[in-house]
Amino acid sequence: MSAANISVKDPKGHIRSLGRGGLGAVMSSKRIKFITLDDNDGEGIKILDKEKFQKAASIFNKGLLSHPVSGNALPKYGTNVLINILNEVGGLPTKNFRMGQFDGAEKISGETMYDTIMSRKGDPTHGCHVGCVIRCSQTYNDKDNKYLTSGFEYETIWGFGAGCTVDNLDVIAYIDQICDDIGIDTIETAGTMMVAMEAGILPWGDGNGILNLFKNEIKEGTPLGRILGNGADFTGKAFGVTRVPTVKGQSMPAYDPRSVKGIGVTYATTTMGADHTAGYSVTSNILNVGGHIDPLAKEGQIELSRNLQIATAAIDSAGLCIFTAFAILDSDPVSHALIAMINAQYGTNWSVDDWFNLGRQVLKTERAFNEAAGFTNKDDRLPEFFSEPVPPHNATWDFSGEELDQVHNF
Amino acid sequence: MEVKVKLFGDLREGRFEEGKTQLEENSRVIDIINKHNLPQEKIAICMVNSRVVEFGQVLQNQDTVAFSPPVGGM
Repeated sequence: MSAANISVKDPKGHIRSLGRGGLGAVMSSKRIKFITLDDNDGEGIKILDKEKFQKAASIFNKGLLSHPVSGNALPKYGTNVLINILNEVGGLPTKNFRMGQFDGAEKISGETMYDTIMSRKGDPTHGCHVGCVIRCSQTYNDKDNKYLTSGFEYETIWGFGAGCTVDNLDVIAYIDQICDDIGIDTIETAGTMMVAMEAGILPWGDGNGILNLFKNEIKEGTPLGRILGNGADFTGKAFGVTRVPTVKGQSMPAYDPRSVKGIGVTYATTTMGADHTAGYSVTSNILNVGGHIDPLAKEGQIELSRNLQIATAAIDSAGLCIFTAFAILDSDPVSHALIAMINAQYGTNWSVDDWFNLGRQVLKTERAFNEAAGFTNKDDRLPEFFSEPVPPHNATWDFSGEELDQVHNF
Repeated sequence: MEVKVKLFGDLREGRFEEGKTQLEENSRVIDIINKHNLPQEKIAICMVNSRVVEFGQVLQNQDTVAFSPPVGGM
């Protein structure tokens, strides 16, 4: 199924999902079921100058821990703290991108999730991999204080929550659990459920109905399950639904592109399809990280998305969690420490500019691949229905094709 | 004039989630922060009627003002 992901084990032995892009389907097309790494006779990681590396790593870690986002907000609330913020600014896509605010937002918010975790003796601060200093993950227990799910993220809670108009955090947690169990992406399948609701397969707000579709159709591989498991675009085609929030066949994440215009530019132009992580303009549009650019105006968004896509490609290439970006982009000592670590490990002599040039190179390579695969600039566009105004601001998607084509003009 | 005030994240601790406050005409966002002893250095985002604004934003009767600490995610 196209929505199949890659699952890995976290330090507590729970499933974590490398979610998007259908990489699980790529693996299965190569007949790969699992990959086990045995490093017993391995050389280990080679670091050419260990002392310089340790010095730089210490500055880097201190920078992460002292930044208010990576050092405080993420460990405490995780990513779901964003529900109330995006709802407040009218950018929380509700009922398949019809509105920017959801009546049930507080019930599925990060604050409610934190209170629920604490009252059920879960763990609000948990690292998904060994050595993580940010620890934005959590373990969420059921009403009997038994483990239910972890890595319970904003995107998942938004998608099955506001996107499908479900306001019950426990039901959404069961959905998160079964997605991990099946090995299927939550953002793509949340978008698929929105399309399924458009098609009348189940009513809006029917959280248990969603759970039923996962348990008895997708997991069982029934014909309906195979349609749903192949994502939002495929489901839309099967049921004659055109209100499908995808770009390049990938379903749109938890920010309305009309009221958070910088992220809309990223959705349209990243090589992956509708992806928010590739150039997370929400930082400047809403969070006041790295400055502020009005999310409701077009000015500055093309440059913002371009610069963030370049920086993100560079950060991704370093093998770092993207949440280090908040500190890296906000603080020169942290970005310099990162380059110092890279230089110490590989014996290179890079400046920050050299590293960003690596990011540019990565993007150009990805674009060349997409072009060779038949993608054109016509694929760097949002679906037509985004010309429709979205309340509360009645914002519309008003970028021209020519404007969007400037993003990769570097 | 009267405005609605909302707090998010750990700004709520020891305070409130939502409330109403009375202000003089032409008050600004910063006046709410001062009146209610909110920790200005812990406020990263100010929103008035669903728009991100600065501390100096002038308010009107029945505005909704929201404050968030520094947050991130994806």
